Amino acid sequence: MSTTALERYHQKIAAAATQDMVLNMGPQHPSTHGVLRLELITDGEIVKEVIPHAGYLHRCFEKHAESLTYQQTIPFTDRLDYLSSMNNSHVWVMGVERMLGIDKDIPKRVEYIRVLVCELNRIASHLISIGTYGIDIGAFTPFLWCFRDREHIMGMLEWASGSRMLYNYIWIGGLFFDLPVGFEERCREFVDYFKPKMAELNELLTNNQIFISRTANVGVLPLDVAINYGCTGPMLRGSGLKWDLRRIDNYSAYGELDFDIPCGQGLMGTVGDCWDRNKVRVDEIGESLKIIEQCLDRLQKELKRTPDFDPRAKLPRKITPKAQDYYMRGEGSKGELGFYFMTDGKSEVPYRVKARGPSFNNLSVISEMSKGIMIADLIAIIGSIDFVLGELDR
Amino acid sequence: MTFQGIKELLIERFGVEVVVGEETGGLQPALLIAPDRIADVCLELRNNPATYFDFLACLSGVDYGITANRFGVVYHLTSIPYQLQLTLKISKEHGRDVNDLPSFPSISEVYRTADWHEREAYDLVGIFFENHPDLRRILLPDDWEGYPLRKDYQAAEYYKGIKID
Repeated sequence: MSTTALERYHQKIAAAATQDMVLNMGPQHPSTHGVLRLELITDGEIVKEVIPHAGYLHRCFEKHAESLTYQQTIPFTDRLDYLSSMNNSHVWVMGVERMLGIDKDIPKRVEYIRVLVCELNRIASHLISIGTYGIDIGAFTPFLWCFRDREHIMGMLEWASGSRMLYNYIWIGGLFFDLPVGFEERCREFVDYFKPKMAELNELLTNNQIFISRTANVGVLPLDVAINYGCTGPMLRGSGLKWDLRRIDNYSAYGELDFDIPCGQGLMGTVGDCWDRNKVRVDEIGESLKIIEQCLDRLQKELKRTPDFDPRAKLPRKITPKAQDYYMRGEGSKGELGFYFMTDGKSEVPYRVKARGPSFNNLSVISEMSKGIMIADLIAIIGSIDFVLGELDR
Repeated sequence: MTFQGIKELLIERFGVEVVVGEETGGLQPALLIAPDRIADVCLELRNNPATYFDFLACLSGVDYGITANRFGVVYHLTSIPYQLQLTLKISKEHGRDVNDLPSFPSISEVYRTADWHEREAYDLVGIFFENHPDLRRILLPDDWEGYPLRKDYQAAEYYKGIKID
């Protein structure tokens, strides 16, 4: 049964090798953004078929989670989408809190700090996406500019949590620590510094005619195809649908914050092309900055730090959710990040955990999008999908 | 549309035997569907203008334990127009022999998302999906033995002659 699918695959490759050319892109190709192998069946410069091979970075997240307590798994969730670790642990922690029924007891200050660090991390993730997309297309400078600005965020998050990328900062029922003294002021300085830098970046990359020529009308993803393939996040919004779980579910403090949902409008070409997807990320950085400013306003006024505030005060002593199934979803930087918990009500470890990574679903559409395109356009499409292999392979 | 409404809609459309039960104990209720009809149910839920569950959020293969000898699949559907979520479950009793896998219908014709998710469930839990276009392993190498997310999985001592420690 199962061998036939494998045999069919081998036969297809063998047949293609006689007439067309089979070309391996990756696992070490610089524009695959990690260890992803794409097997291309090409006819000259035309790509006839793309067969993705994932799994080079598989680290058994789901198996690990079955033998660790909910708190111990948080560092593992950080390593899923390692470019936006805060968002991953936020979704995990909210899922456990809802199963325990303590999600309404979380102090407001904790919720706002969570949103603040998540949005900072989202900006950092989108900066990498935009910068590396530029380098894929052939623009080197934006990459350096993006990394220069991202460094400020890394520094701030390191200041708060003690780690540069894998934070383990958001805990079930609270936080690892309160924000360090002076964080809010430093963060406001960063926002004021960063806004003009985004305008510069747009002049250099987003509205650059060479960049537009390489990305507009390339890799058009129609909305119905995007939905049917389970694409979410900037992929789905790039195709023109305002679907953002921060707004749909209004989880954490997002219900009290004011922000727009940017979506693709086909300004330079067709709705859902590579330029639109990149533009959605650029616009989302602006929206994240708006959210950060609102968080800072509240964190410096009515939710000001007090000497007796303890972010660990609500930490549950024993985390044993009653027997149930729960699917928690949240908006990671790449799209809908979901955790499906199965608990038996007796033990402190989940019976089964499934992580639904947005990159996994976003990448699956690549075979559909890249039929009959040029190899150079495939690079543009891969970059615009913006996947992270840590989350794809889990 | 409410959970009960969806249940009645399915019973009206396919008969009473298609919904074999429901789980309403937790925060998210789930419908238990007869395994053979899952593809029809998903197609109906996707196309019916009253439900429009057009987005498959998650598909998980589950091993219900060494003593239970029961395998299942859990589907999390989302309706984007109505902003609804729905959980469907199918399961059946089956032996644990790795050469005789439990088999369920594939829904990759209805949702293309299911293509890779079903490959993952096959790869890690060892569930076979009938009529799947390309059921190969996806995360593990093609020559991997066993299904790691099964509860009785024993890690291999050697992989291609290399000792694992």
